[in-house]
This record gives sequence, C-alpha cells and structure tokens, in this order.
Amino acid sequence: MNKFYRTEIPKTDRITRLVEHLYAKMPEIESARAKLITESYRETEGEPVIIRRAKAFAHILKHIPIIIREEELIVGSTTLAPRGCQTYPEFSYEWLEKEFDTVETRSADPFYISEQTKKDLREVHPYWKGKTTSERATAYMAPETRTAMEHNIFTPGNYFYNGIGHITVQYDKVLAIGYRGIQREAAEELQKCQVGDADYARRSRFLEAVILSCEAVILYARRYGELAKRMAHQGSDDVRRAELLQIAENCQRVPEYGAENFYEACQSFWFVQQLLQLESSGHSISPGRFDQYMYPFYQRDMEKGTLTRERAQELIDCIWVKLNDLNKCRDAVSAEGFAGYSLFQNLIVGGQDIEGRDATNDLSFMCISASEHVFLPQPSLSVRVWNGSPQALLIRAAELTRTGIGLPAYYNDEVVIPSLLNRGLTLEDARDYDIIGCVEPQKGGKTDGWHDAAFFNMCRPLELVFSNGIDKGEQISIRTGEVEEMQTYEEFYEAYQRQMEYNISLLVNADNAIDVAHGELCPLPFESSMVADCIKRGKSLQEGGAVYNFTGPQGFGIANMADALYAVKKLVFEEHKITMKQLKQALQKNYGYGFDESGAKELAGEVIREMTAQGIAMSDGNIEQLIRAVLQKELPEEEKREYQKIHEMILELPKYGNDMDEVDMIARQAAYSYTRPMETFRNPRGGIYQAGLYPVSANVPLGAQTGATPDGRLAYTPIADGVSPSAGKDVHGPTAAANSVAKLDHGIASNGTLFNMKFHPSALSGEKGLQNFVSLVRSYFDQKGSHMQFNVVDRKTLQDAQIHPENYKHLVVRVAGYSALFTTLSRSLQDDIIKRTEQGF
Amino acid sequence: MNYLQTKGRIFDIQKYSIHDGAGIRTIVFLKGCVLRCKWCCNPESQVYDIQTMMVQGKPVITGRDVTVEEVMENVMKDEAYYRRSGGGLTLSGGESLCQPAFARDLLRAAKAEWITTAMESMGCAEYETIASILPYLDQYLMDIKHMNPEKHRRFTGKSNEGMLENARKIAASGLTELSIRVPVIPTFNDTVEEIREIALFADRLPGVKRIHLLPYHRLGQDKYEGLGRTYEMSDILPPTQAHMELLKREVEQQTDLECQLGG
Repeated sequence: MNKFYRTEIPKTDRITRLVEHLYAKMPEIESARAKLITESYRETEGEPVIIRRAKAFAHILKHIPIIIREEELIVGSTTLAPRGCQTYPEFSYEWLEKEFDTVETRSADPFYISEQTKKDLREVHPYWKGKTTSERATAYMAPETRTAMEHNIFTPGNYFYNGIGHITVQYDKVLAIGYRGIQREAAEELQKCQVGDADYARRSRFLEAVILSCEAVILYARRYGELAKRMAHQGSDDVRRAELLQIAENCQRVPEYGAENFYEACQSFWFVQQLLQLESSGHSISPGRFDQYMYPFYQRDMEKGTLTRERAQELIDCIWVKLNDLNKCRDAVSAEGFAGYSLFQNLIVGGQDIEGRDATNDLSFMCISASEHVFLPQPSLSVRVWNGSPQALLIRAAELTRTGIGLPAYYNDEVVIPSLLNRGLTLEDARDYDIIGCVEPQKGGKTDGWHDAAFFNMCRPLELVFSNGIDKGEQISIRTGEVEEMQTYEEFYEAYQRQMEYNISLLVNADNAIDVAHGELCPLPFESSMVADCIKRGKSLQEGGAVYNFTGPQGFGIANMADALYAVKKLVFEEHKITMKQLKQALQKNYGYGFDESGAKELAGEVIREMTAQGIAMSDGNIEQLIRAVLQKELPEEEKREYQKIHEMILELPKYGNDMDEVDMIARQAAYSYTRPMETFRNPRGGIYQAGLYPVSANVPLGAQTGATPDGRLAYTPIADGVSPSAGKDVHGPTAAANSVAKLDHGIASNGTLFNMKFHPSALSGEKGLQNFVSLVRSYFDQKGSHMQFNVVDRKTLQDAQIHPENYKHLVVRVAGYSALFTTLSRSLQDDIIKRTEQGF
Repeated sequence: MNYLQTKGRIFDIQKYSIHDGAGIRTIVFLKGCVLRCKWCCNPESQVYDIQTMMVQGKPVITGRDVTVEEVMENVMKDEAYYRRSGGGLTLSGGESLCQPAFARDLLRAAKAEWITTAMESMGCAEYETIASILPYLDQYLMDIKHMNPEKHRRFTGKSNEGMLENARKIAASGLTELSIRVPVIPTFNDTVEEIREIALFADRLPGVKRIHLLPYHRLGQDKYEGLGRTYEMSDILPPTQAHMELLKREVEQQTDLECQLGG
C-alpha cells in the first residue's frame, strides 16, 4: 500500500491553451497603476504616509481595469495584456523614462510600450520628483558609500529602485479567516489603543491602514465576481457559463471569508499572491509551503467526495499558469542581473513539519506534476530534502529535473534548520522554513528578511589590494599598502581582508539608508497585515513589525577568489616563480590578451571620465576614436608573451572544484572573509545581517565591470556563479565539484548558497540514472551542502537555440536561483550557460 | 609487505561512473592487456609501458605508477556517494588480471573501507590468480566476446578456451556475483546466431542472472591516431538500435537471463 497517491494525472487541454494564450505576444507595460497612485497621492498630501499608502492601494484596486482571460478557472490579472506589467513610480521612475525607446528592443527581457503609455507616464512622473525611495535613500548614504557604488564595488540596485518583496506571508491565515478576520483583529487592537499612549499616533494609523487595505481587497474580488457574472450572462457556451458562475460565487466569498473548499482556497491564494505584487514592485513574493497550507482543504474535499484528484490537479495547474502571468519591468542593467522575466516566486514542497516529522503529502507530488504540465519558469519550484524524505518524492523530483526545465531546486533541511536556529529562530519556526526568491531561507509569515539586499563582487576588493585602494584614478577605498612591497602571503591576505571589511561596511551603510527610506516613504499596510507580529505591535513591516528581521546581501566570486589567492600564494610567495610586480602588470595588461570591444569601452570610459574631470569636453567622434585606439593598441610582442606565460602558469595550477584540499581550504577562508564580518552588523528594523553566497545572474554584468583577476580570469568576462567552480575549471566530474563546494561553511551563509550543476540528460537516463542522481544530491547534502540545482540540456541544443531562437521559445534553463526562458537571456549570459562544464558523460 | 604499499600501473581514474555496476562508482583503469581487440576503445590500455599519446594536439603521458594507498586516497574522496548509493570501486583496464597482486590488494583495501567492489575483466589468466581475487570481489563483470575459438583468435589475438573455462570455475565458486557482458561488434559477433550461442553458454553458468549487450561505438578512434596507430575498424558502423533490440529479444526468448542493452 502506497503512502501517497502518486498516479500521474494527464494535463488537460485547457492548460495547453492557457499557456499558448499567455505567450502569444511580447509582454507590455501598462500605465493604469501609475496614473491611479499619482491621482490618489495628489489628494492625500499631508496625511500620514501609512494612510496614504492604504488609500492609494484602495484607489488602485477600485479603478484598475480587470479582465478574466479565456478559459481561466482562477482569476485575477494585474494587466489587461498577458504577462504585462504595471509601473511603480513611488520607488523610481527616471530609468524607465530614459529607456522608453530601448525597452522594446533590448536583449534581456524586452517589453512593448505604446506611445499612449509613454505619454501617460510622462504626465505623472514629474509628480514623483524628490519623492521616491531611491532619492531618499541616496540622501541618507555616506559620500564614500555613493563613491563605492559608482565604482561598482557592490550594487544594492534591487531595493534601491524597487519595492522589497522577498517574503512569504500568512497564506494559511487568509485561507482560514479571510480579510474580514484580519480586519477584525486589527479593529480589536485599535480598540485597545488609548489616545494617551506614547505610540498612539503611529499605531492607530497603521491599524486603520490595515483595515482600509483589507476592505480594498474584498471589494476588488467582488469586482471580479460581478465581471464573471456579467460574462456568464453574455456568453453562449453552457459549460463556460457554469464555470463563470462558479468563479462569480468564489469571488463573492473569498478572500473576504475563510475558504470552505479546495477551489475557494486556490482562488483565495491567488488574490493574495497577485495583490501583494500590485501593492509594491518587490519581487520574490514566495508562496512557500503551498503543499502544507493547501492540504487540509484538499484532504477535507477528498474525504467528502466533493473533489477529484483530476480536478485538484487542474486547479493547481491553473495557479501555475497564473504565476507566469505576473511580470515586472526592471531597468536595463538589473534586467541583465535578473534575466528571464523572473519574479522568483519560490514554492517549496516536502521537508519536515514543526515537530520534525516528514511532511510530504499528495500535493507535494501534484505540485511537481504541475511544473511538468505547465513547463514554465514560475513558480520557482523547490524541494526540501532531509534524511527522512521519501525516496519516491525525490525520484519524482529527479524526473522533473530530467526534463531540462531547471526545476526543482533542492534544499537541505539538515543545514538550513541549524543555520536558522543560529540566527535566533525557535526550533518550530526553523523547521517550518521555506525558500524566498533564489535560495534564501526564512520562516514564512513571521519574517522580513530583506534577502537579496545587494550584490557584493568579491573580486573588486582584491583589485583594490593591487591598486592600494585606487580605482579609475580615484582613492575610493582604504590604503592597504603597495602590493609589490608585501613580504608574505599572510600580509597579502590581511590586506584583502581589510579591503573586504571596509567595503562591506559601506554596503551596510547603503542598505541601511535604503531601509530607512522604505520605512519612511513606502510602508506596506496590506503586506504587513499578513506577517506576525505587525498587527500586535502596531507597526508596518518596514518599520520593524515582523518577529524576525534580517538583511541578507549576497557575495559572489568565491571560486575566482579561491583560485586567485591560491595563485598568489603559490607562484609569488611559495615558489617565487613570478614577482608581485610582474603579476600586477600582467593583470593591468589583461595577461597580454588585449581588450575586446566592451573592455575597450570600459577603458575608454575611464579616460573620458578623467578628461571630463579635468574639464576637457569630449565629442562623440573623439570617443569613438578613443575606443578604436584602445582596441588596436598592441603591446610589444615580447611583453605580450611574458604576460601570456604568466597566464599559462596560472591556468596550470590546481583549481577550486576538483576536490583538492589545498585550494578548497582557501575557498573556505575566502567565503569567511565575507560571511563573518557580515554577521556583526545590524539593520534599522532591529535585526541582524546575514550573508548569502549567490549571484542571481549578476555574475555576468558585474563581471563585465571587473578587470583581470589573478585566477587567470580575463578582464570583463563573467565571474563564477554562486559557490560553483569557475566555468570549465571543474574537470574531475560532479562528485569532485560537489565535494569542493561542500567544504565551504554553508551554515554561516544563512541567507543561502547556490550550487549550479549542469547535466547532460544521459546522466539521468533510466531508473538507475534517477537513483544515482538522487544519491548524488543526498550525498552532497550528507556533507553539509545547502542547495543544489541542475541544468539538464546538451550543448548542441543550446547552441541551436542561439541560432534559431524561434524554435526554442519554451526552452527553460536554470540561470542561477531560478529558471528562465533561454531565448530571452542576453547573448553573453547564454554563452556563459553553454560554457559551464557538462557533467556526466 | 603492507598490502597498501603494493605498486601498480594505471592510466585513468574516473569518478561518478553510474552505468557500470551498482550505484555511484569510481573506475580505476589498470594498464596492460593480454588481448588486442581490433575495436578496443581504450587502445592506450593495451601496452603495459608508459606511453605518450597526442590528445587534441598535445602530448599526454599515459600511465603512472601508484601504490594501493595512493589510489584509495583518491577513491575514498567519494565515500559519501558510495554510502548513499551502494557504489564503490570498479577495476577496469586493460585486463586487471595482468597485475594480479595490485588488483587483489586494491579490492582488499576497498573491502577494508566497507565499499562494494566490481571488476570488468575477460578472465584471461590462470584460475589460481583469479581465485586469489574472488574473496574481495562483489561483482565480476566478465566479457565473453565469441564462442568460436578461431574467430576469437583472429579478432582479439587469443583463443577463448581458457577464458570460457575460467567463467565456469568462477560461476561454480559461488564467491562473487557473475554477469556476462558482450560487446556487439558488426562483422565479428553481431549475428543472432553468434549472440544466441554466447547467451546459451552464459545461461548454463550457475548463478549467472544477467547479460549485457554493449553496442560497438567508435569513441576511441582518435586515440589510435594519437598513439600513431591505424584504426582498422573505421569502416564499421555501430549496430542500429533496432538490431540491438532484436538481439535482446532473441536472448530473452532463448534463455532465462535478464538482458540489458548497454552497461
């Protein structure tokens, strides 16, 4: 007798058609939200900010155009166009206006924008001048922080330009008591407020804002109910009429009240998920443990006999389609860093319950099937793995991996739970973790994690060691001494550590400035109503209302730093094969390999900046000439050969990713150079910093701003991805790579680590292939690795997709913490994915 | 002498081998072979001497002398994977039996670490030599290429009689799990009759439950060039999937063996 119902339920034709409809045309930017929020803000000048936010939210929900797409069973769309996006001028808008004419043709994540929309947005944007979170944040930053950002040591772009997101709310609470219930809770708290209380002003206004927001959502759902009813009466198809009437009935009841059956629970879930993303532009709003909070509704209906497994599967599939209907337009640079139209809505199945028993259920399997049916990047499906995970669940997950969709990602309870305990979570809360966005663990419904708070490029501080703190002719960091004069490796490493620590402190300064700006200008009453203990504390999330508060900025470039530090140690200090001076020159001259066009532009840019600083004006013609000059500038042959010889020497050294302790232990130390200083800082919400080690896909664009590094990496090429070895450097197969990565301390990087592996499908062929694949995952986890994800496609397929993108519109690859459509990625990112070693055979 | 200090000559170690034997395995390739199969995909395995082979235009030394201890240090880096998957060490070659003491001590060391052992071999040695290895061997993956001694000699350089006799003795010993593997080589042994004959022989061996039919492939072709040799089989095409299926059906109809295509 099987513990779970695992029989495969076939995908219905409806799902196929819903997906086709969704991808029929390029996503579009719409202006309704921007217009509505501006209207509302103009009317509420002078009122408390939290009330203004609630009123604006209500105004948007009351007037934004709504639509029920053909054949939908779960309704609620943020835009009229499928996969369209609204804009969020309260966070930032200038970049969008600058990119109006390029956003449709850019290589990463293009969006169509009509002339009318441009006009609408141009009309409302001037209102926001001086009122955005990014302007406020900038005003709070120290000058040296702004300089470091201008020099791309780190980038907090995510929250600097956008809402925060990165949260799992109490879906279970909405499913249980509805927004009427939440309103009641807020009202009761409001009753308790005494006008003479010291915090009366803020507390009472916050609770009022919660009540307003909940009401707005109830009315929004009713609008859908009425629309469905209208459409039912207009249509001629009996089957569809019945469906629409059912939808109408659902929307009249939920999310106002608790859900009474599985279908209502699905609809209620969807409104929560959709509207969180209409309140602010934050991404990584993660459904979390969907299989857990939905299960009681499934189980009850199945027992009553009012639900079939086929129906349940179709409803789940419908939700999966809807998760791909939401979209977000980012600025061109961020779009490269988060490529793939991804909203990182992470949804996780399996793992332990709060008492430490296995929590796998039928829905865990059905969620995996849904990803197979829909075959789209969202949700970012994850699986929790622990010693007690049923093999059947992991084999089913491996079957999904084998399809090449890049899902699911695997997470290790045995590392994540202790790492969260170490950050102050209770045992029950730690066991109940889910994953946010890419790889970031949190206890959903109790945490404001600020995961993904910045990208810190660990290669840049090493460049600063070589330049004694100077970048592009400017002293931007501390002086750690002339590198040529360093006598020991320890001295050299200490300089690196000091450059790291100084720049980490600047990153913290940037993040804290942004944090304060969000608290002051964009508190989110609707989101706050679903996270404990905001209502009890009478405080929004942005002001520290959550039980657990963190800031989690991620470092990347571990592999480069490991290989670089090892090369310096070995070649300069141990074997004396080259001098530090030679190495420094080789780096400056890109190992004699010259510069390609983008590198030349970067260099020319430096010269131009310097000349402009000196008051010399540059015309476009001058600039072009300069770039050509840099491109053609040839080194003397002899000098070139000398640098190339150094490069060869470096390439021959052992590299991280091959299970060799001498390099891997340096990788461990390099990771500590980021993770340890980070945990000493605090954020304005009363929480602590915790480091992550993953790059999303920023390793490519930020690599393009980083000169040659002592690991042999040429200037402006991508930096290694996550904690994975540098592309093509792991030559001893998947187990050796995994063993190297497992030697890092994943427990201290409690904001998540990311290990990407690429497999050829043949490595997962047959039952044996699946079994061995699961064993590989479990063995990596036995050694305290924290996360693993896989690309299963062959190189030829990817190369063909570059030539004939039209044939591969649905080709999904795993980029970093998420899956994306390969053809929507920029060319350089595509090349990077192709270059990653194919493991297996 | 301490058996961990036994020396031998290998030419490769391959991790995460998942299609030969149980679980996730590490294959250690021993250098030197008694046969000279024309289709051999590891021609650098045949000669015991250390050679220089051109690989993608660069000279690569193939073959190095190592102790059992050194090999095991490398093999045990993947202990976590063996433990989860029931995998372990596989010896391949060449013919491992050409270095009997080294092969035996490698297997013995693996058993001492509590990992499973397997060996791919033609059984081309004195039976006493094989008998000394069997106590440490969980799985014997034995190649049988042809039943006709003359044809066997023509294509591999040696008659098959001794090997077939060894197969009977190994099976009779009951000390190891014996499986039979047949490389299916067009123009040599790919007819239904030839495969059937091998299968019937395997079926009569006590305890043998499984036969693998391994389709000929040409992946080793470049290595011949790299060694300055001529590849005699360059005109031969790999058998089609349909033909392999046909052979599989024949084996399953004629015997009680479980027949698997590929490792």
